[in-house]
Amino acid sequence: MADLHKLTIAELSEKLAAGECTSVEVVNDVLASIDTTDGKVGAYLTIDRNSALEQAKAADGARTAGKELPLLGIPVAIKDLLNVKGQPCTCSSKILEGYTAPYDATVIAKLREAGAVLLGRVNMDEFAMGSSTENAALGKTSNPWNSDHVPGGSSGGSAACVAADEAIAALGSDTGGSIRQPAAFCGCVGVKPTYGRVSRYGLTAFASSLDQIGPLAKTVKDSAILLEVLCGHDKMDSSSIDMEVPAFGRNLSDDTSLAGMKLGLPKEYFVEGMDPEVEKAVRDAVGHCKSLGAEIVDVSLPHSKYAIAVYYIIATAEASANLARFDGIRYGLRIDGKNPLELYGKTRAAGFGAEVKRRVILGTYVLSSGYYDAYYKRAQKVRTLIRNDFTEAFKQCDAILAPVTPTPAYKLGEKTDDPLKMYLDDILTTPVNLAGNCALSLPCGFSSTGLPIGLQIIGDSFAEETILKVGHAYEQTTEWHKQKPGL
Amino acid sequence: MSEAKEGMDVGYVAHLARIDLTEEETALFQGQLDQVLHYVEQLDELDVGDVEPTAHAIPVYNVLRKDEVGQSLDHADVIANAPAATDGEVRVPKIIDQ
Repeated sequence: MADLHKLTIAELSEKLAAGECTSVEVVNDVLASIDTTDGKVGAYLTIDRNSALEQAKAADGARTAGKELPLLGIPVAIKDLLNVKGQPCTCSSKILEGYTAPYDATVIAKLREAGAVLLGRVNMDEFAMGSSTENAALGKTSNPWNSDHVPGGSSGGSAACVAADEAIAALGSDTGGSIRQPAAFCGCVGVKPTYGRVSRYGLTAFASSLDQIGPLAKTVKDSAILLEVLCGHDKMDSSSIDMEVPAFGRNLSDDTSLAGMKLGLPKEYFVEGMDPEVEKAVRDAVGHCKSLGAEIVDVSLPHSKYAIAVYYIIATAEASANLARFDGIRYGLRIDGKNPLELYGKTRAAGFGAEVKRRVILGTYVLSSGYYDAYYKRAQKVRTLIRNDFTEAFKQCDAILAPVTPTPAYKLGEKTDDPLKMYLDDILTTPVNLAGNCALSLPCGFSSTGLPIGLQIIGDSFAEETILKVGHAYEQTTEWHKQKPGL
Repeated sequence: MSEAKEGMDVGYVAHLARIDLTEEETALFQGQLDQVLHYVEQLDELDVGDVEPTAHAIPVYNVLRKDEVGQSLDHADVIANAPAATDGEVRVPKIIDQ
């Protein structure tokens, strides 16, 4: 087998179309890669071997019958908070023990329609609450570049499996950086679409006003192909936007000139305590974009420093309401009690991990009578200021360049005892979720210890085409994304 | 946040959130969440008197659909997920005392 698992969606699609390989061969190759590698990485929670091979056979049959679809025969891994009919959907939580999804999430239905092969489900922080995939009740995931380090989170399994060539691409979700941060830590590409672009129907909700599903892939081009499939209005999600979806993948030009493009550099994103190697890699990337013809302008996002405080009030408030449904009555774990109240308290005590408990308690508090105005309402007002910052900045530039994280991936266990310390690392990603616009992360260098560094390209609302263009131009003229971990 | 200065009683709020905490958890979370609440107090620096709150980043209002019967989830699939069920209905502990 010719290392098919190492190829991209674009490369495999060409080979499949030319009859140089079959989807069954691709899936077998990826499954073999999982067997060799996942013992070290721990990305997968469940692998649907038989189902994946059946889907691959069907894809090959469809191709023979003349079908052309954007992801025909391409194996994709799924973050385990998306409902896939007939499969478990654990959210890496004990509270969903025994749950079988009775329906497909809209993005899963879209993947099926596009011909993709669903490989299995990958690890994450419990209910997407975390930045390291260490808050996972069902498995441990390591960074493919160094198994002593975290893969990032919460979509840690998605980023790790793509970086380790254990999937051709993956789906993740981003509430405060949960696609971009693990993509940066593992050295792959991740896109957080504009809020409303992608239907959230069938995504287990964490913070409904912030959550967006998006792709993790090996290249910007692959992310664009996948994004094009995922986007679109859905009557099952009233927050999804009814507007035309650009042909992100098909329209992506291979022209590497950024002439006429203004790229903003926000001084607030080079924060105190930032790793000098991260800063250097990002500044070099900015210089590279300039050499491609872009004009670099200074912009200011003055309220960025308040983003963490705002985020941890709004996200936990929404989570406390969303997670009320996990009560042991209709599905999942139940610890019996002599009345329903006792049942709820015992079930949630046994089913939720520490971080989920902390966040639900904090969210309940900030919404409680007497504290609502002081915390929740004030946070919503500062959210407006953060959003206005971006509106002003995008009057001066087409896209913003920034780091994704203040440091490369840290060691497993380094921050687990100090929740606030872990939260502070989200400083460069949470503002985008609060403002609702789009952003992507792509590889732009390595630390001296061999860990990947990510470049964040932030776009205005519905300006995915702009950030994909900048990312694609950068990627085609650099080699970072071609490096592979030595697994 | 003058009203918030007294701090949070983690044990009480956990009860409201229907999570039974152990004594160890209560003590641990109390310290950790006090730290987080202290951190978010920095929002008090800002004058937000005239600022409108943002509940949703992309404004969408009054999304309505026609009142038509659609396809629902399969009853048997849904009930199969219940920890306890009898005759197609979810079983729960007794709610009303005699």
